[in-house]
Amino acid sequence: MLTEILISLLVLLGALFMLVAALGVLRMPDLTMRLHATTKAGVLGVGLIMLGLVIYFMNLGVSARALAIVGFTMLTSPIAAHVMGRAGYVTGVPMWQHSIKDELKGRYHPHTHELASHAPPADAQAPHDGH
Amino acid sequence: MLEYTLMTAYAILSLALVLAFIRLVIGPSLPDRVVALELIASLMIGFIAIYTLSSKATAFLDVAMVLALTAFLAAVGFARLLEKGAHRDAD
Repeated sequence: MLTEILISLLVLLGALFMLVAALGVLRMPDLTMRLHATTKAGVLGVGLIMLGLVIYFMNLGVSARALAIVGFTMLTSPIAAHVMGRAGYVTGVPMWQHSIKDELKGRYHPHTHELASHAPPADAQAPHDGH
Repeated sequence: MLEYTLMTAYAILSLALVLAFIRLVIGPSLPDRVVALELIASLMIGFIAIYTLSSKATAFLDVAMVLALTAFLAAVGFARLLEKGAHRDAD
């Protein structure tokens, strides 16, 4: 009975995290913010549901598979988010109008894909630099 | 009691799927749509896990494992297409 309550709690919590992720993807104003919502909450949701699954079955084979799924998700989700954020920046997807920090502005050439490590010239700096 | 929990979880995940699908349809740029696709893949993994709980057929977990890896490959492929192949919005 107690384990059933624990499993229910874990599964519901995981499902709710996934709902929060979907809500974030729908409501956030910006590509990077959407990535932020989907990646973290997606990983946490899958992890909690898999934990409930492991407690329910209490079986070595199932536990190994669930661990592999959680491990693969935790490995691949940040890489996929990084790659998508980079692709979005490179292709010129606009940021949110109230974003105040763009560290690559002036240091990245959109046509040659060159990155410069030196400080950008004064006219290329963002008006709200600092803070 | 667990049956009701699983039904509720199905309902919550279905609602999340609808929200992600709306973003997939209206997403202003291709990266937004790929992000929605990734989230849909995560939701599918959750669906499969909950179906495994309700059907007690553990073979479905292998499907979830393959899906977790395939979604990653899709995202990387789309990113490569965007960076190297497609036209730019800024031009």
